[in-house]
Amino acid sequence: MTLPLTRRRFIQRKIEESVFKVLMAASMFIVIGCLLLIVGTMIWKGLPALNLAMVTQTPKGGYYLGREGGILNAIMGSLYLASGATLLSLIFSLPVVLFINLYTRKNSRLAELTRFSFDVLWGIPSIVYGAFGFIIMMFLGLRASLLAGIVTVALVEFPIMSRAMDEVIRMVPRPLLDASYSLGATKLETALKVVIRQCLPGILTAVLIAFGRGIGDAASVLFTAGFTDRLPTSLFQPAATLPLAIFFQLGTPFPEVQQRAYASAAVLTAMILLISLLARGLVKKSTKHIIK
Amino acid sequence: MEIKSHISIQSLSVFFGQQRVLKDITIDIPDKKITVIIGPSGCGKTTLLKSLNRLLDPLDGVKVSGKIFVDGEDIYDPKIEVTHIRKKMGLLSQRPQALPMSIYDNVAYGPRIHGHKDKKRLDKIVAHHLQLAGLWDEVKDRLGEPASRLSVGQQQRLCLARGLAVEPEIILGDEPTSALDPQSSQNVERRLAELKKDYTVIVVTHILRQAKRIADYIAFLYLGELVEHGPAQTIFSNPTDPRTRAYLTGEIS
Repeated sequence: MTLPLTRRRFIQRKIEESVFKVLMAASMFIVIGCLLLIVGTMIWKGLPALNLAMVTQTPKGGYYLGREGGILNAIMGSLYLASGATLLSLIFSLPVVLFINLYTRKNSRLAELTRFSFDVLWGIPSIVYGAFGFIIMMFLGLRASLLAGIVTVALVEFPIMSRAMDEVIRMVPRPLLDASYSLGATKLETALKVVIRQCLPGILTAVLIAFGRGIGDAASVLFTAGFTDRLPTSLFQPAATLPLAIFFQLGTPFPEVQQRAYASAAVLTAMILLISLLARGLVKKSTKHIIK
Repeated sequence: MEIKSHISIQSLSVFFGQQRVLKDITIDIPDKKITVIIGPSGCGKTTLLKSLNRLLDPLDGVKVSGKIFVDGEDIYDPKIEVTHIRKKMGLLSQRPQALPMSIYDNVAYGPRIHGHKDKKRLDKIVAHHLQLAGLWDEVKDRLGEPASRLSVGQQQRLCLARGLAVEPEIILGDEPTSALDPQSSQNVERRLAELKKDYTVIVVTHILRQAKRIADYIAFLYLGELVEHGPAQTIFSNPTDPRTRAYLTGEIS
């Protein structure tokens, strides 16, 4: 019997293939184009304002009116805040994710509910977290401070980090767990020595995604971290952040200050890029022992 | 011939939800012999093996009734520490599952968990058990490399070394050669034959020729039922149950 593959069908399939290939390539160019456009705008508009003083000095008097100074306060503030928040978020994410994957039934209601709440929390706008953080702050009698900002941003990061980690830890093959259990290891030992090692690249990626979100978020720190021209020296002092620095600079009526906003955005983007590259290096190192 | 038994299974039934996978199994497994569990796929061989080191996870809705005694100890007694039971048995799975760490750390994993910290002692333990598993000469110069770089056959012997390093009394093999090439399979079979001097070995296989090569004792499972068991020679030359005969002649598989 011959196959019912006629010449017409053959041409049809060829057209299908090429049409979809073109569509996919087009999507890719649109996305990359948008990215380039954003980065290009930042550099084009910000370049005139970009100089060394910007990243090495704190704002002098009248900086927001166009006088001397830089945004070191916001750079350091953002780094402290995002690092602190990412660490705090990790301290809670990892145990939660290990628990729902290793200590609950296969189709556990509790685990499903937890995953569902991550998804919902993920979708909540960060201004709501900011308002929530503000209420807690008031309740505890805290002022706007680095600490309050860290806690709030950690809340923003938590569902993102957890969900991303959950996806990788779920993929750990059952026989790998059994191999560890059958040597007499407890679940905790298996989690710490086998699961975390096996998932290390995924965990690092999750941390990175959360960090990126945390360092770029403006709304959650608006009420909670405050803003200051000085470098933060304690957890209880207010701290400046890059997204807010950008926001304030863009809000001024002076073109040269607005230019500084674009330059600040370029600095923020460069920081994220640098940290991503660093993390990529780490991820590459950590894949050495992975079992495929 | 009076056989000393090591494991005694008494009317064991296993349920996966509503489904009864093992039906009322009673058998004594002889000490320091190779017992081979044969039967067509899906008959419950692996389940029987996993019930021995309690890998059937109650979290996944598995129910176990009946009793299993190892060295006279009821392993499903809630008072018994499950890690203590599992430490007594080394497991070889269908596909070798190396742990995501170096060759050395794979073997040292068990001993470390059970409290060995001294580096020199660990070195000795690792070397000794890699030798027992017949892998030492191939890996002695690259103990720090990831275990995932070994071939599948080498990984299976690494898993054997890793299992032996916790000093078990029993070795469980769940079709341990099914992912291996003929030469590696032969290598693993030979190891098992040597190890029965000191260990009770239980192997699940669906390869009849393999069973004939290594078995001292045979248990034939069919549809979750233990149809027949006895010394290998008796079963192979003179099966009493028609189902066993049918399986051995290849009529059911």
